[in-house]
Amino acid sequence: MGKPKVAFFDFACCEGCQLTVIDALQTHVDLLGAVEIVNFREATSRQEHDYQIAFIEGSITREQDEERLYRIREQADLLVALGTCAHLGGVNALKNLHPLEDARRWVYGDKADWYPTYPARPISAVVEVDAIIPGCPIDREEFIRVVKAVLVGKKPPIPDYPVCVECKKKGNVCVYELGRPCLGPVIRAGCGAICPTYGAGCEGCRGLIPHPNEDAMKEVLDEFGLTLDEVMGRFTMFNTYQVQEQAL
Amino acid sequence: MTTVNINVHHVTRVEGHGDIVVDVKNGELIKCQFEVVEAPRFFEAFVRGRPYHELSHITSRICGICAVGHSTASLRATEKALGVEPSEQTVLLRKLLFHGETIDSHVLHTYYLVAPDFLGVPSVIPLVETHLEVVQRALKIKKLSGDLCAMVAGRHTHPIAMAVGGFTHTPTERELRDMQARLVDARADMDETVALFSTLPWPDFERETEYVSLKKDDEYAYIDGTIVTSDGFSYPIEEYRKVTNEECVPFSTAKWTHHNRESYMVGALARFNNNYDQLHPRAKEAAAKLGMKPICYNPFLNSGAQVVEMVHCIEDSIRIVDELLTRGVQPENPPAVEVKACEGVGSCDVPRGILFHNYVYDEDGMCAEANCIIPTNQNMANLNHDMKVLVPQIMDKPQDEIRLTLEMLVRAYDPCISCSAHFLTVTFV
Repeated sequence: MGKPKVAFFDFACCEGCQLTVIDALQTHVDLLGAVEIVNFREATSRQEHDYQIAFIEGSITREQDEERLYRIREQADLLVALGTCAHLGGVNALKNLHPLEDARRWVYGDKADWYPTYPARPISAVVEVDAIIPGCPIDREEFIRVVKAVLVGKKPPIPDYPVCVECKKKGNVCVYELGRPCLGPVIRAGCGAICPTYGAGCEGCRGLIPHPNEDAMKEVLDEFGLTLDEVMGRFTMFNTYQVQEQAL
Repeated sequence: MTTVNINVHHVTRVEGHGDIVVDVKNGELIKCQFEVVEAPRFFEAFVRGRPYHELSHITSRICGICAVGHSTASLRATEKALGVEPSEQTVLLRKLLFHGETIDSHVLHTYYLVAPDFLGVPSVIPLVETHLEVVQRALKIKKLSGDLCAMVAGRHTHPIAMAVGGFTHTPTERELRDMQARLVDARADMDETVALFSTLPWPDFERETEYVSLKKDDEYAYIDGTIVTSDGFSYPIEEYRKVTNEECVPFSTAKWTHHNRESYMVGALARFNNNYDQLHPRAKEAAAKLGMKPICYNPFLNSGAQVVEMVHCIEDSIRIVDELLTRGVQPENPPAVEVKACEGVGSCDVPRGILFHNYVYDEDGMCAEANCIIPTNQNMANLNHDMKVLVPQIMDKPQDEIRLTLEMLVRAYDPCISCSAHFLTVTFV
């Protein structure tokens, strides 16, 4: 059996996750020998359409994106959502908090009709997704762990415990103690609690854990005199699509 | 008679989606344009209603390559609006972080995206077999710049510790000393880089145009300053619209801009042309080795100017780390902010050129209006005018060669198309 052929594609995004992939491969050159990259527009002019594994960065925001994504899904044996935009909708979905026509007119004025768009959605709203690599951007070590697992047919090792667990292990001062709010108690770990480690509260880019402990979150908030609303405002930065889906 | 029909769908080794379309019939140029087909993202619309302290973290997500640049311009806009003055230490750390991003972006562009064209390979990967030392050097510089950003702000894409008025994290003296040693060591890599790029056969093409950048009296300007143009104009940052004059074009999700001529150019070459005097002496030596002196009208040499800037940024980073070590780095809490109804404009000269963020806040500190003007948008008209002049000069060559030359021109501009399609115009009421 030959090396698995891998392709990278992107939709509405900043391409920061693919850049993180480039960075990750720099320090894991062994992985470059284990796969064959046949499509990665940002890094190579090679463009082939015979691949088994597809990594998708970005949200879906246009009809034309759906057709492209269907074709990729048809070809790929394994389709992986790479980063928050593909996994959750991410910041793109902040657009969905405004009436669509208003957003279009605001940016493009009377030329809005030139630029078709619809509410931003994660790729799982359009096609079946086999694996996720969360984060805005993805964590490069986690990317390597997931790829290695996938290559040997194992389930990707994505944690289902909260960021607080990793943060405590690191011995960080809780950012609530520094007077800053943090979503760490309810957000999926795997990032090494990087934001709290650098003094900023978790912004929720990796999404909620499967069974978030709301009572524990409320206790923390009570202790520091904050309300759930104040923290929920922060939650929408990356999770607007999920908040709106739940409200429906 | 010559007939050429080129349609490059999604130009590779650039950041974002753009297509080249050229149509020559019987020796006559019918159509020649670079089209931006990236999905628009509507940042300007959706930052409205978000609190002032989120703006830099949201707008960082416009672009994975220029994340520090967007964060810095965003913070400067917010700080000027709210009247927040960053400390001297913050100013130094921001400059150092900014140099990290400039080096990171330039090494990615020159080594990974541009060099393969000259070495006749589709990407940097086959160079592992043929030019291992070149790849290793590129990896080493890339790692250095990434680690420099991580030391200051947690990571390059997307910086964590940057906040209104300061940083939520400070590097330790030990980290600064280790970084200093690596920066000094990188001088040799810079010498090799200059030597490599001075051997590349840049396409021989010139077109006079206007160059726009920031300028400061006392340093090579990247953050703040005044807007200047090579046609002799000068404006305070707040009057950026007098330079940018944006307009929608039907084949592009990126808007076009023009000032004194039909188009202008921003980026490393524009900074080199306007601010050559403030370059570090070693960067001037590098320019001489690359055969470059101001004013240089060859857009392909934008990549050459990036090499010159890498040398400058390494040297200036050494100076800044020295200064930080001498004065000592103290943890500083970002200052308390009093919200009020206000407006501010921030500007930085990011790797691809001059960038503007302009916000209006309401009395609760929520963003009411936002406008951002991206370097790649400002270069679109100039790139298209270059193509219109270049194509007739090369239209008798084989089609593959024309295609490669045009792709190389697009790459020379180092377009960041995801940025460009994310921020288009908005008219303040």
